[in-house]
Amino acid sequence: MTTVTNREQLKYISAQAADARVNLEIETEGMTLNIGPQHPATHGTLRIVAKLDGEQVIAADPVMGYMHRGYEKLSEVRTYPQVTTLINRIDWLGSFANEVPFILAAEQLMEVEAPPRAQWIRTLLFEMSRIANVVLFLGDMAVQVGAVTPVFFAFRDREHVLNQIEAATGGRFHPNFDRIGGLKDDLPRGWIVETKQAMKKMRAFCDEIEDLVMGNEIFQARTRGIGVVPADIGLSYGLSGANIRGSGVDWDVRRDGTTGLGGLVHKELDWRVWTHPDGDSFSRFWVRLQEVRESTKMIDQLLDGIPSGSIMAKVPRIIKVPAGEAFVETENPLGVMGYYVVSKGGLAPFRVKIRSASFNNMSITPWLLTGVYVPDIITILGSLYFILGDIDR
Amino acid sequence: MIEVIRLSSTETIDAVDTPDAATDEDNTDAVRAAMLGELTDELGDALVGSHIAAGVDITVRVDAEAWAETAAFLKDGMGFAYFNFLSAIDWLPALGRDMDSQVDLSLERAEQTDAQDATAAQDATAADTAGNASSSEAMEQGFAGGNSRFQVFARVNDVVTHRAITIKADVDEVSLTVPSWVPVYAGANWHEREAWEMFGIHFEGHPGLRHIYLPGAFEGYPLRKDYPLLARRIKPWPGIVDVELMPTDDAEVDG
Repeated sequence: MTTVTNREQLKYISAQAADARVNLEIETEGMTLNIGPQHPATHGTLRIVAKLDGEQVIAADPVMGYMHRGYEKLSEVRTYPQVTTLINRIDWLGSFANEVPFILAAEQLMEVEAPPRAQWIRTLLFEMSRIANVVLFLGDMAVQVGAVTPVFFAFRDREHVLNQIEAATGGRFHPNFDRIGGLKDDLPRGWIVETKQAMKKMRAFCDEIEDLVMGNEIFQARTRGIGVVPADIGLSYGLSGANIRGSGVDWDVRRDGTTGLGGLVHKELDWRVWTHPDGDSFSRFWVRLQEVRESTKMIDQLLDGIPSGSIMAKVPRIIKVPAGEAFVETENPLGVMGYYVVSKGGLAPFRVKIRSASFNNMSITPWLLTGVYVPDIITILGSLYFILGDIDR
Repeated sequence: MIEVIRLSSTETIDAVDTPDAATDEDNTDAVRAAMLGELTDELGDALVGSHIAAGVDITVRVDAEAWAETAAFLKDGMGFAYFNFLSAIDWLPALGRDMDSQVDLSLERAEQTDAQDATAAQDATAADTAGNASSSEAMEQGFAGGNSRFQVFARVNDVVTHRAITIKADVDEVSLTVPSWVPVYAGANWHEREAWEMFGIHFEGHPGLRHIYLPGAFEGYPLRKDYPLLARRIKPWPGIVDVELMPTDDAEVDG
């Protein structure tokens, strides 16, 4: 078996990619390749206009807006509880995680804190939505490089988590379960035991993907050294989540967050942040796989430690948020997601800026796709892992 | 037997496992005050306002001319390498059907302007200035203050020491122009395109202000407060009705 970390080869490949960026002067009559709007690699409708010189991309321009729904404007004419229905649809694979930063921002402005039990269950569902989301990536990434089987495994095993989310919240995809000051409901009976079993299955799934995909020579040849993001470039583009940790930046908002950490209990758990030094497509995949494992461990600890008590703090029935501004960001499945909420004391927010992870993660593509070869476009897009609802909002 | 290489084991990949260096002390108001002091030393008079939300966050308002220079200092001088987001706020009080009053305020405003037209009857600009004066009277900017209808705001993080700061700047109402952040933070490119498209704020030095979401022929700036959301103009607000008390609820819960 070949050695899995062939650094010399990796250096060679990334040097080639760097050369390709420089050698733009030998430009011939190029062609324009239109990818999308409908393409399996795009998780929605994204179009990429790539100008090619032979097999090499000389300029790539993503065209967004096919799914723009104007949530920032719509949030201004809805009450705070109504906004969560909208923002569930931003990243539709990990919906519950979308609600959390907004609710935390509103709680921060109202100076309300959810009771401990609500915080633990909130963290639990937050991590479960991460698994539901990233598991699909683990299967999907293999599809992007030509292996079809793993995605069926992913769809099969994602059900274990989705079933548990549905049992607790009533919604498979859009729970709409988080409330200012707590949660809508308590957990159903028998849920904890079933969730523990589901987590065992998810760990088995991770092992399976590791053997099936990550150890695969073709997969490694297609992803290693492809789409290398140096840490400083990644930071200046605002990449987050596994995309920046795959470039060796040890930064995770769950551990290092600066704002609004009253509502989640990650700091009380025993877990670690995984990073990978290479910055290529493979390292982003590798980091995400570790994060799913880490999430299952977190959920086990959360299930063991749920405190008793109420799940809802005392909040007024008609929610009026005092005037002020709050920005709360959390480490969502796709990366850092934050809401800048400006309130003027009314029933509806005055302005909501939605800082979604995929928007920043995708903004690096014009830089990153320049100089790569056509088949690698899809690998890179797949490994950056975006969801169109999270770009277009 | 097939030998399975576990790529996730730390023996095969020398993944960096740095211990949690930063602690909660990096995130106190003392640190925020120090950040403010450092910025004041560098920017001097260009720093026109600041607000430290106790235990949570810091907002600093700078002069629009110093907008790009602030970004350069934050990145190179203070270590804020991570670009979080950039956007804008329109502080004009919301028009349209207000939720509390159930009255279409823009119709009311139009009636007022008509009345003023009838009494003043000189020229349309008189009514315009009167309308503008009344709107800027009611305008009230948020943290770190402000003097203009539009403000740009951006947030940057330091991923090593885990600090973050929000920067605001007033936008001149006539030129609606601020310097671009793209030369400093490459990621500001798409954010500025979005702010330009949604608010009509021009970013000087941006490599290509094109539409990002809306079609090229789109007219108007949707996130401005005077851009009507037609669905709310023609239909009553649906939110108030559903907060009737349930039969089992105590009446005193109502706040």
